[in-house]
Amino acid sequence: MKSSERDQRLPGSEATAPGGGEPMRRRGASDFSMVEPAEFTSYYGRNIVKPAPWEADIPAYLFSGGVAAGSSLLAAGASITGRDGLRRTGRLGAIVALGFSMAALVHDLGRPSRFLNMLRTVKLTSPMSVGTWILSTYGPFAAIAAAAELAGLLPEGATPSRLRGPLKLLRWVGRPAGLVAGVTAPPVAAYTAVLLSDTATPSWHEAYRELPFVFCGSAAAASGGLGMIGAPVAEAGPARTFALGGALVELAMEHRMEQSMGLTAEPLHHGKAGRLMKAAKALTVVGAVGTLLAGRSRAAAVASGAALLAGSACTRFGVFEAGMESARDPKYVVVPQRERIAREGPTRYVEKQ
Amino acid sequence: MVFRKNSLYGPVDPAAETGYDPHPPRKGFFTDTSVCIGCKACEVACKEWNEVPDDGFGMLGMSYDNTGNLNANTWRHVAFIEQPRRSGSPEAADGGMARAKAPPVELGMPAMGPDSDGATDTGHDKPDFRWLMSSDVCKHCTHAACLDVCPTGSLFRTEFGTVVVQDDICNGCGYCVAACPYGVIERRRGPEGAKNVGIAQKCTLCYDRLTVGEKPACAKACPTESIQFGDVEELRERANERVAQLHERGVMDARLYGNDPEDGVGGTGAFFLLLDEPEVYGLPPDPVVTTRDLPQMFNRATAAGLALLAGAVVSFLGRRS
Ligand code: SF4
Repeated sequence: MKSSERDQRLPGSEATAPGGGEPMRRRGASDFSMVEPAEFTSYYGRNIVKPAPWEADIPAYLFSGGVAAGSSLLAAGASITGRDGLRRTGRLGAIVALGFSMAALVHDLGRPSRFLNMLRTVKLTSPMSVGTWILSTYGPFAAIAAAAELAGLLPEGATPSRLRGPLKLLRWVGRPAGLVAGVTAPPVAAYTAVLLSDTATPSWHEAYRELPFVFCGSAAAASGGLGMIGAPVAEAGPARTFALGGALVELAMEHRMEQSMGLTAEPLHHGKAGRLMKAAKALTVVGAVGTLLAGRSRAAAVASGAALLAGSACTRFGVFEAGMESARDPKYVVVPQRERIAREGPTRYVEKQ
Repeated sequence: MVFRKNSLYGPVDPAAETGYDPHPPRKGFFTDTSVCIGCKACEVACKEWNEVPDDGFGMLGMSYDNTGNLNANTWRHVAFIEQPRRSGSPEAADGGMARAKAPPVELGMPAMGPDSDGATDTGHDKPDFRWLMSSDVCKHCTHAACLDVCPTGSLFRTEFGTVVVQDDICNGCGYCVAACPYGVIERRRGPEGAKNVGIAQKCTLCYDRLTVGEKPACAKACPTESIQFGDVEELRERANERVAQLHERGVMDARLYGNDPEDGVGGTGAFFLLLDEPEVYGLPPDPVVTTRDLPQMFNRATAAGLALLAGAVVSFLGRRS
């Protein structure tokens, strides 16, 4: 149903008989075949919950946060197993992605100058607070590791002598910092799913069971893809495995997520979100298949790496858009709640044993 | 992740839960929509007292409601619903205020419907529609998702059990906007030059007035006592009595919304007597605070994070370059 159609409809205009029947019911027949046509009432078709006041910054942040986390994991593994090219790609990729993340996060605030207010408290009930602290833990280590990597790129003789000491120290702490960054990276990728799900936005909340796996899979696929692009083919074996595993998890869990979301899966198939999710699937499949060839050809590695990065970005933007759409249409608030009432009665607190 | 019992869900005294000891009785609103006449005095009084900037003047073209919804610049919102009369719906479905038996009460509204055309309109026939009017407001939830998810601590629980934004702390992250199951709180977008642009805004239950023993502005301005302010406990009793009274009079549509401490948000500090399903008024039929599921969300995310770590380890195992 188009929203213009909806907005112009007056309540009562579909009453079954004048003065009788059920006034204000409107048929919201859905063209998504898996779901029964939904009949529900609303206040002039207006939304009930409000969409988050977030722009493209946020899905971009979800994507780049995933890239950063996965890259730090690959960099840590590479530094242990002596893969210099993969380590370099991982560490530098992580810091660029993280820098982009932070910029996107701050930019999306209503009062960017008050960004640091996030740090005035620790709140376990707020995924955004928890996430801020996760980033604050991970960020410095990722930054040191990247700085050490850059220091390592400087030619030996070209540094002024008084900088030689600090640079040596930096190179020395690079490895432990990189390992800590790797260990603290997974929460960076995982918490963003909770960030979306802990809202009243129907298509985000209802996805809470599988979304962390989708996002972590997506992070692995994207960072693996980046590793395949940046590292020499001979060193990029782990990146290929990581990317392939991530892509498979993402595809499988996304499918499962749609099954468990009920009506709120519908926005994942419509409009902008639908196109993004379709593109995500195609790119991820292509990229995953590409990883199997990427061990032989540099061109295949770059192409499939790029496809995986793009697929991951599309997943984040698709999930984001689907949620926004679900918040704009009262159907996704009213119908699932009505279905739940029909199934189990109104929600009532039950004391746990 | 461990949270205290009922700190996320279930009946609880919000002020005590927050740590106020002792604290004044919980304050709230009982909005009895059966006596609302749609005068919007509450909307105006709220704007005046709280210096809420204007929303721009737009004609929404759907009813006498040109405000549309609760938002950053509307902390009380009067909904108007024009409904065909239901068959079998009793005479005084609205408690006799808006649609009395002949002659109809003059509300100063243009006549609508078949009765209005021409000479046959004696004003003595019953109109074949009814008006539902309801003044909506922030629910001041027992388990307030907005407050739970606020990362800065700007949203806080007052000693009266209400939920208030501290303007000077909010950094405008917008998380509360997406978290509220009723779509109440919003980040102020404008108008330009207004105070607190970029900051989350909503009803404070006139915190400033409460602290000096005054009623909230809307309740004070309401000419029909549709908006009743007081101790939540006492208001709940009053609401039960009112519903019983209406049922006795045959107004079987009357029902309470938000009064039950066992419901999905632990009961609301501002609750309502409605004459139709909640969604008719733009309210969610069975809201549940999103943070009820937070422990499971964190568990799931932990599992996914560990899987990611394991995946990385496995990717390096068994390979030697
Ligand atoms: S109604 Fe919304 S804004 Fe008001 S306390 Fe509840 S969650 Fe917060």
